[in-house]
Amino acid sequence: MTPLNGLTIAVPRGSLFGDTVALLTALGIDTGELQTNDRKLLFEDIGVITMRPSDVPTYVEAGSADLGVTGKDVLLEQTAQQPGEHGRQVYELLDLGYGRCTMVLAGKAGEDTAMESLRRLGVMRVATKYPRVAARHMEETGRQAEIVEVKGSVELAPLTGLAEAIVDLTATGTTLRENNLEIREELFTCTARLIANPVSHKLKAAAVDELLSRLRTLQGATPATRLAGGS
Amino acid sequence: MIHPIPSGTRDVLPDETREVRAITDTLRVVFEHHGYGEIYTPALEYETVLARADMAEAQPTYRVFDETGAVLVLRSDMTVPIARVVATRYASSEPPLRFCYFAHCYRGVRPQRGQPRELLQAGIELIGSPAPQGTAEALTVLCHSLDATGLKDYRVGVGDASLFPALMESLGVPEEARKGLLEALVLRDFVGLGEALEQAGISGEAAELLAEVPQRRGGPEVLADAPDQAEAAVSGLRRLHGLLEPVVASRLIFDLGLVRNIGYYTGAVFDVYDPALGTPIGGGGRYDELLGRFGRSLPAVGFALGVDRLHIALTGEERGTGMMLAGDRSDGLEPERAASR
Repeated sequence: MTPLNGLTIAVPRGSLFGDTVALLTALGIDTGELQTNDRKLLFEDIGVITMRPSDVPTYVEAGSADLGVTGKDVLLEQTAQQPGEHGRQVYELLDLGYGRCTMVLAGKAGEDTAMESLRRLGVMRVATKYPRVAARHMEETGRQAEIVEVKGSVELAPLTGLAEAIVDLTATGTTLRENNLEIREELFTCTARLIANPVSHKLKAAAVDELLSRLRTLQGATPATRLAGGS
Repeated sequence: MIHPIPSGTRDVLPDETREVRAITDTLRVVFEHHGYGEIYTPALEYETVLARADMAEAQPTYRVFDETGAVLVLRSDMTVPIARVVATRYASSEPPLRFCYFAHCYRGVRPQRGQPRELLQAGIELIGSPAPQGTAEALTVLCHSLDATGLKDYRVGVGDASLFPALMESLGVPEEARKGLLEALVLRDFVGLGEALEQAGISGEAAELLAEVPQRRGGPEVLADAPDQAEAAVSGLRRLHGLLEPVVASRLIFDLGLVRNIGYYTGAVFDVYDPALGTPIGGGGRYDELLGRFGRSLPAVGFALGVDRLHIALTGEERGTGMMLAGDRSDGLEPERAASR
């Protein structure tokens, strides 16, 4: 049996890639080619598929991968918004602990122009790569907002007047500071999560559970993960 | 020219229709053979009538007004309309009553493969037959009908909707914390379940059990090792298992964490899985309190199959291009070949 018990795992390229590869290596998987060949997407012999982080729930939900690693930010962005609507139908099995980031609302340093807009114009403009997370946060805090979705470099928006504030993920706050932005509100913290396809979770129960117990042993079980997984 | 149709709906052309029809014809023969008579009900119902049932996440999404201003909804399943039929048209008939249906239902889901907003469901309802005999009959009809379609590798996950609430009760989880824990379980967010337990101040053995028991699934051994606090639900599943013929029993996965996102289920619940599709192709369970809400209190059980999903699974098995790329079966169980048509 392969180190992944014959399971297929979706691995995110990008900021979670390094830690995820380290985890796979610790599980006894030969990640040599995975580390050196950044153009190849499918590593069939070790059961690994690589993709951008926000695609991981898509592949896992469809069953094209049994398991996946993705950030809690991605899962929250793709979650159900209204009653009756379905979020991603995936199981969230384990908090992997790494990739710790904070979702923040930030604006240009100095005077809070967003709140001024809200007071005088009735609405604040918020640029974000996470439109649903941002909209939900503004609703929960009782503020009207115009959500402007951008695909990259969201820091640019307040500097150019596209928006007065941004909702984005930050690890150290360096990029925000470098762009003369400051954090006004912290929404939640995110870490990498192990997710599973619901059908794989049932039909390959033994393989999934065995892998989970090895992952927990590797982690040395922080309180949250120990509770999430049982003994 | 582009004349769009609503998101999540589609046209079905002759090649596909022929294949779908072959599936539904096969299912109908098996349903009728077991004594389930086919019925039709209106696609539109009064909102106030369907609202008697607790649909939770499967609530009707599409609403229209009629000429008197009454609110009509497009039905989101067939179980609730059939409960209405039983209470009105069969108010004094001697149970058990057996019905089957092939009907389109309408849900506000995010459209994707095998998950349309207009979905064709095929299913049965067995009214007036309590657990465990009624449940055993429904599972038997389910497996016989799937066998008849030629589906080979399917499995049926069986759990009990009352198990987790009973576990919370017996472990002394405070009333106000229960909803949050159940919600995390319904979302299958085991990380969130762990966090909710911590927030509710539950620790030690109780927390371990609440986090770990819902992840237990497998053969009948799962029922043998279940904790005492879940005994009521688990002993029901054991009795159910004892009533099943081997060809049905060998298909089951006992799943102590199985919950369905429809509110009216009370006892045994099931989901049908096939390795050729990443989502369940159908499911069902006991709804012993639903009929009472319509004025004729009878225990009941039923299941519904998504005909499109069954079609995708059959095609996937035929092509040998199931979703699971390197998929070994972890349990090594080789289900019996399809029964005769």
